[in-house]
Amino acid sequence: MTTNPKGCDPVITIKDLKNAFGDQVIHDGVNLTVCRGEILGVVGGSGTGKSVLLRSIIGLQTPESGEIEVLGENMIDRDEDEAKNIRRRWGILFQNGALFSTLTVAENVEVPIREYFPYITPPLLDEIASFKIAMGGLPADAGPKFPSELSGGMVKRAGIARALALDPELLFLDEPTSGLDPISAAAFDQLILSLQKRLGLTVFLITHDLDTLHSICDRIAVLADKKVIGVGTIPELLALDHPWIQEYFNGPRGRAAAASYDREVTA
Amino acid sequence: MTCRIKGGGGAGKCGAPPFVRLHLPLWPISRINPPCMAEHDHPQGDDPHRSVYRVAGALTITRAATTQREINALPDPLTIDLSEVERMDTVGAWIVYRTVRDRHADVIGASRDEVSLLKQVSEFDAPARVRPEERPSVLRVLTEIGEWIAEIGVTLLGLLGFFGAVLVGSANVIRRPARRFRVNAVVTRFDVVGVRALGIIGLMSFLIGIVIAQQGAVQLAQFGAEVYTINLIGRITVRELGVLMTAIMVAGRSGSAFAAQIGTMKITEEIDAMRTIGVSPIEALVIPRMMAAILMMPLLAFWAILTALFGGGLFVWLDLTIPPLTYVQRLQEVIPMTDLWIALIKAPVFGFIIALSGCFQGMLVEGNSEEVGSRTTTAVVQSIFLVIVLDAVFAVFFSSIGWK
Repeated sequence: MTTNPKGCDPVITIKDLKNAFGDQVIHDGVNLTVCRGEILGVVGGSGTGKSVLLRSIIGLQTPESGEIEVLGENMIDRDEDEAKNIRRRWGILFQNGALFSTLTVAENVEVPIREYFPYITPPLLDEIASFKIAMGGLPADAGPKFPSELSGGMVKRAGIARALALDPELLFLDEPTSGLDPISAAAFDQLILSLQKRLGLTVFLITHDLDTLHSICDRIAVLADKKVIGVGTIPELLALDHPWIQEYFNGPRGRAAAASYDREVTA
Repeated sequence: MTCRIKGGGGAGKCGAPPFVRLHLPLWPISRINPPCMAEHDHPQGDDPHRSVYRVAGALTITRAATTQREINALPDPLTIDLSEVERMDTVGAWIVYRTVRDRHADVIGASRDEVSLLKQVSEFDAPARVRPEERPSVLRVLTEIGEWIAEIGVTLLGLLGFFGAVLVGSANVIRRPARRFRVNAVVTRFDVVGVRALGIIGLMSFLIGIVIAQQGAVQLAQFGAEVYTINLIGRITVRELGVLMTAIMVAGRSGSAFAAQIGTMKITEEIDAMRTIGVSPIEALVIPRMMAAILMMPLLAFWAILTALFGGGLFVWLDLTIPPLTYVQRLQEVIPMTDLWIALIKAPVFGFIIALSGCFQGMLVEGNSEEVGSRTTTAVVQSIFLVIVLDAVFAVFFSSIGWK
């Protein structure tokens, strides 16, 4: 199940990735391709290295061996200047938002723009920040607030606004709905979906949320046994007959999520 | 009707059905002329004074600054021609949109994709404030002074309350020592606060002893009174500097650690968890730290005094050629026993102050991790300040009771 769908224009290509911390091997032979314009969900049990995979793709973790290509460029052992050109083309939402705590939400959104485009005048910069904030689904009065004054859901929305600051082609989301109540989580799913449709984004999404998987993901990659054991839609994955996949999607929570999704689709 | 189709962007343009008028509450977009309907043959036919801004290639954030500058340079009325745009992102769309909004410009030649992007950014035009409100500076200064004074009052009151809580906690521990006294915690703190500080405090005092001896010798040599260097070293280290420097070191080393540890536990809700289980955080966290600071301070101060005397003696021996035996004999003669008592009385009080403000500031941490840092700083500043104030009080007090 590692074949790519037809007409796939690969945005991320991972080949034989190996990651280890000391003796503890996290990934051994991970292969994965993310196609342009899709929302790919990555699932796996706790400790299977979902976040480590994300960190190695974005260059925060140097793998032991293997190849990683993002937007057609090799990501391993690059020098900092070259890497900057790619960093400009992606946006990342970290699990806990990772907003700069000494800056307001608007200033947080402006940071990447200032960094790469210092000649944009302050009035235009402020306007860009404010429409990005609106795009992230935050109310108008959130701009001058500091991260400590925001609720969990708002922190994630502000994180999305910052990730979208440079109009990225590729968006990485690390557990975007964790810690949100179901209503906010559903709203956040819809936000991601609408942004993806509007802006033609490619989304790499790590999640535990079965509802997210059902409602917005085009394909799902399953991490287990130190590798990607399957990629595809939920029915395709279920056809694989892997015990973890069966347990995951056919467990009580998986069935409930599937049922509610079916209701939603047929209604 | 002819239609200009340009370059790579041509595919989406001029497609049937022709552009449908967008039903938006915001008017500017309706001013964007649909592609293939504008009179492209005479784009500015009816108004020769209209300036036309024709964008070619990419209209993206990369060129945002230039584009905005060029648009600003053109006079009204303005027409923006997007027919040669190959790529547009939201920032590019925003620049076009804000020009339409603010300057009532006309837009021609937009493809369907571009129109939908323009429509999208227009939806996000919320008048968001970006900067926090700023009040006039006079008012702000006054407010800050007011808040500052109020905070000092609250802090002092809080410190008093915390002191009370510690006394109650101590009473509980003393009443039922078998169950309430946490031997392991206390011993660990003794190790961290006391034993592990020996090296740094010894080194620091040794160097200070040398410095005092050296500076004293230089000054006293002017009167031919080098031999009094021993008096200087002996009295100043035993009576004042030994304890004071130790207190500053302990405040920086352990007081800050107390605040940071307890503050972090506050954030991770460990302290709340303790309370709900029925363990008093005062008894489990604060009292062991207090005991460690109070009991270790005199020992560390004594150690600091010894090493400072040793450093001074080394200098006196090497530079003034006074043999060590004479040095020790002279020390015995010039240092009154009361000097040592003064040091040993002050030390536990300073230890108490350091532990009190460290633990108190740690307990005040609320909210985010940034506060741990600021509370830790406050704890160190507060404890050093209080130590020096109290040292002055002690100096006056002991002099007036005749311990000179």
